[in-house]
Amino acid sequence: MKKPVIHFENFTFKYDSQKEPTIHDINLTIYEGEKVLIVGPSGSGKSTLGHCLNGLIPFSFKGDIKGSLTVKRQETKDLNIFSLSKMVGTVLQDPDGQFIGLTVGEDIAFALENDATTKEVMHEKVIDISKLVKMEEYLDASVHALSGGQRQRVALGGVLVEQVDILLFDEPLANLDPATGRHAISLIDELQQALNCTVVIIEHRLEDVLDQDVDRIIVMDKGRIVSDTTPNELLASDILEKSFIREPLYITALKYANCELTPTKELEHIEKLKVDTYKAPLQHWYEYATFEKHIQDRSPVLEVKDVTFSYGDKVPTLKNISFTIQKGEMISIVGKNGAGKSTLSKLICGFERDHRGNVVFEGKDITNDTIRERAEKIGMVMQNPNHMISKHMIFDEVALGLVMRGYPEKEIKKRVEKTLQICGLYPYRNWPISALSFGQRKRVTIASILVLNPEVIILDEPTAGQDFYHYTQIMEFLVELNKQGITIIMVTHDMHLMLEYTPRSIVLADGELLADDASVNVLSDEELVEAANLKQTSLFELARRADIDEPTEFVARFISFDKEVRKIGNRNVSVH
Amino acid sequence: MATEMLAYIDRKSFIHELSGATKLIIFIMWSSIAMLTYDTRILLFLFIFSIVIFKISKIKIREIGFVLLFILAFLLLNNIAIYIFSPQEGVKIYGTSHVLFEIAGRYNLTLEQFFYQTNITLKYFAVIPAALLFVVTTHPSEFAASLNKIGVNYKIAYSVSLALRYIPDIQRDFRTIAQAQQARGIDLSSKEKLFKRVKNATSIVLPLILSSLDRIDTISNAMELRAFGKKKKRTWYSERGFKQKDYVTIVIGAIILVVSLIITFYDGSRFYNPFM
Amino acid sequence: MEKGLSIKTIVAIGIGSAVFVILGRFVSIPTGIPNTSIETAYAFLALMSVVFGPIAGLLIGLIGHALKDAVFYGSIWWSWVIVSAFVGLFIGFFANRINIQSGVFASKQILIFNIAQAVVQAIGWFLIAPALDVLIYAEPANKVFVQGVIAGISNIITVGVIGTILLVSYAKTRNKSDSLSVE
Ligand SMILES: Nc1ncnc2c1ncn2[C@@H]1O[C@H](COP(=O)(O)OP(=O)(O)OP(=O)(O)O)[C@@H](O)[C@H]1O
Ligand SMILES: Nc1ncnc2c1ncn2[C@@H]1O[C@H](COP(=O)(O)OP(=O)(O)OP(=O)(O)O)[C@@H](O)[C@H]1O
Ligand SMILES: [Mg+2]
Ligand SMILES: [Mg+2]
Repeated sequence: MKKPVIHFENFTFKYDSQKEPTIHDINLTIYEGEKVLIVGPSGSGKSTLGHCLNGLIPFSFKGDIKGSLTVKRQETKDLNIFSLSKMVGTVLQDPDGQFIGLTVGEDIAFALENDATTKEVMHEKVIDISKLVKMEEYLDASVHALSGGQRQRVALGGVLVEQVDILLFDEPLANLDPATGRHAISLIDELQQALNCTVVIIEHRLEDVLDQDVDRIIVMDKGRIVSDTTPNELLASDILEKSFIREPLYITALKYANCELTPTKELEHIEKLKVDTYKAPLQHWYEYATFEKHIQDRSPVLEVKDVTFSYGDKVPTLKNISFTIQKGEMISIVGKNGAGKSTLSKLICGFERDHRGNVVFEGKDITNDTIRERAEKIGMVMQNPNHMISKHMIFDEVALGLVMRGYPEKEIKKRVEKTLQICGLYPYRNWPISALSFGQRKRVTIASILVLNPEVIILDEPTAGQDFYHYTQIMEFLVELNKQGITIIMVTHDMHLMLEYTPRSIVLADGELLADDASVNVLSDEELVEAANLKQTSLFELARRADIDEPTEFVARFISFDKEVRKIGNRNVSVH
Repeated sequence: MATEMLAYIDRKSFIHELSGATKLIIFIMWSSIAMLTYDTRILLFLFIFSIVIFKISKIKIREIGFVLLFILAFLLLNNIAIYIFSPQEGVKIYGTSHVLFEIAGRYNLTLEQFFYQTNITLKYFAVIPAALLFVVTTHPSEFAASLNKIGVNYKIAYSVSLALRYIPDIQRDFRTIAQAQQARGIDLSSKEKLFKRVKNATSIVLPLILSSLDRIDTISNAMELRAFGKKKKRTWYSERGFKQKDYVTIVIGAIILVVSLIITFYDGSRFYNPFM
Repeated sequence: MEKGLSIKTIVAIGIGSAVFVILGRFVSIPTGIPNTSIETAYAFLALMSVVFGPIAGLLIGLIGHALKDAVFYGSIWWSWVIVSAFVGLFIGFFANRINIQSGVFASKQILIFNIAQAVVQAIGWFLIAPALDVLIYAEPANKVFVQGVIAGISNIITVGVIGTILLVSYAKTRNKSDSLSVE
């Protein structure tokens, strides 16, 4: 008989500052040794549920609780956050906020220090744990010398020292590159085997989590649990579409091909998928799904010529980078964490200076232009919107650039309102920015750049942490801009985004340019994928397993078909 | 344009091997002597002695050159200011007046004034090496532990280590924000008029503060979840235990402290007066 | 349930000090008058004291200023460090009656805040700083007094202008205006 470790019963929670409850009568039981995945659109209450588990609610975030939540048969209301933290170990989304110590060793030891453990015991434990999370060589390394993936492993180590029996992850994959994300997931799996603990994962990137087996998937929407079932059952159903969660791509493909999806087909993993009965329909669909290439010849708008750059005295962050971007192109920059993608974008905008090599815009060398001069031509949307927003009201924020350039009142009003309309923010124009969701803030920052009519826009991870709905919104919006002739450069970790929206991509790894090629070719080159921490989307695998001779062509057709469908907005367009 | 700041410099030296707490105690003693005394002999002794310690620490002058330049410039200006404001301060203090050479009325340079200003300068020279050494030979992780060890409440000690941990991150945020705002046309250079510049500065300060406040929320949640403040006391992973050399050093420091205070106040005044 | 400083306050002190260091080093605007500049750091210090209370203010002033001197200038000017701590402490102390979390920071609160900061800083810069300089370094009284007055005036103005702006903006982020309607 399975032993329940977590048990929600008619559980409702309302933040003090909110009018309505954020999560409504939750009934959920999680059993010992289970691995449970929680998905749902952003704002659906996933993190809130997590906070209830680890005690931040009600001990840190105040609010009213109805119903009961027991962890290992103890009512959490009656415990305190310390005793809860001994049972539930939480790895937060933002590794920077979580990494409190100055060095790896210190950070792993943090909980032990607070428990006043003697130094000897502490050092032994830290060594054991660091082996567990494969960081034993880095014990004395400082935070700033670690990659995103390593920081996360340290964070994991930091909670493991407590010998917790429940591990809770809130978006462990956010802004990790694909390969690193994959390692993170398999490490979590290994640890669960080794320590046989219970694991709860909150994550948008469903397909990446399913890389390793998961026992159950909970789907949340608007603060309620809309589904609680096995991956196979869920994937066979249409719940994911309904609540705007991106299903694994191969599943979408199968649906397009009108395949009969049944749980018995091992849908949860492309490797296991019983593909045989699907081959025929897939090939059939492949024949019919059309795909129109439209390549018009263009003139170069931006040229980066043999650029080398380093922060301070360190080894160069970028080494001899050269590439050319054509007018009206939509292109991605992809690669490892710490490869230098954000740095490259900053160089192009003149944020970082004194580098070797030149930057040329429409044939004119702009290497020595000031940030401000370049901003007229090239706009940059930062990774973190909070780094850009300096005004209280949306209108003022978007207007700032124009005001600074001394445009007349009337014109400013006209241009800002037009831009707000394009960005779908017009209805909110008089809202304070503090009342907006992350996705909306991101769009405000895009608007504030757009209003200056740049010819090139660079976006650093425009869709990170966004759910599928906002993802689609933002991307379709960018496509619109692109149609109006604006050149768009995107830094991203999302392989499908790169395939779907940017025909061409530039691949960086450790400061070097590994490739500058059609996106499909990039992903079909195994070595390149390996070298740059990229990841093939499951569509390639599906095509191979369905004996389709041209996997890349299959992917291409899938994408154009998918775009059509998403425009029409229903999946039932048949290809017969 | 990464502006230089003093940071831990790793070496194998006697000074480095001392426990952080020891160095902190010595530093405090040292500063208090240098603040209290005005006795030229003691100041000279402190200065020479700290040069010796500096040698032992194997730190090279050029590694800290940029601060030395700053300090020298500061001392120069300071001395000029003092002379302009009160050219006869020395005479007031030492009660005699030996004019070295005439300049103009009260601005005549007296031996006393010269001696007095030499002492002020010496006072700085007496502490600066100690301060510098303390900063560059104490590993930041050990610093908090040391504070706690000498009796500072561990929570406050920890906030110091948080500060050291996040200064580089905040600096990075600051640069990013500044760049973003410049791109939108905000001019930070000295070209603008004062009022304009103040306005522009706030457009950088504000995002920095708001994002730092977010940071405070995330970090305190993370610490909460890992049971910070659970007990009355706390141990430190990177604390360095006291060894014999630590005790010896502290004793020596204490002796120097006592002796120099005795010498200083022996004649009831903190000034050493060679003129009578 | 847990007495003494809350974790939030501890973190606020740590991060606050770090921000103080960065602002102190990078965002001080020279006024044109020799060795006086507009120190945005003090506007920030005032904000933190109002938001997180006197103890936080005291320690941010102390730690922040001491660290700034130490890592950038290699030696600590205790006389002025102590004044920073004093200013942080007492602004927080008087601003207790301003409940910033409620999201209201209107003319009444602005008045209270500015009277408080002006008085506290006047005492700090006009009296304490020069006194300590004379005591510790036996510098000429008139010199250090003039220095103190100049610094004091410019800091009072800085906090009065920038500090007020910061607090107003902070207050705005507090109030959850549920009354927002889509136009
Ligand atoms: N501390 C808080 N105070 C008040 N309301 C909050 C707080 N935290 C979250 N909320 C509200 O609760 C709702 C759910 O937030 P939550 O973070 O749980 O969503 P989520 O599913 O984790 O979204 P995401 O996938 O974007 O992380 C949101 O509408 C948010 O505005
Ligand atoms: N302001 C800075 N000062 C010093 N080093 C920096 C700075 N910004 C980035 N770096 C370093 O430069 C390298 C490249 O950083 P960058 O942010 O460009 O990588 P990235 O490709 O954007 O990574 P990610 O995919 O995680 O965003 C990293 O090692 C990073 O630590
Ligand atoms: Mg969340
Ligand atoms: Mg980046």
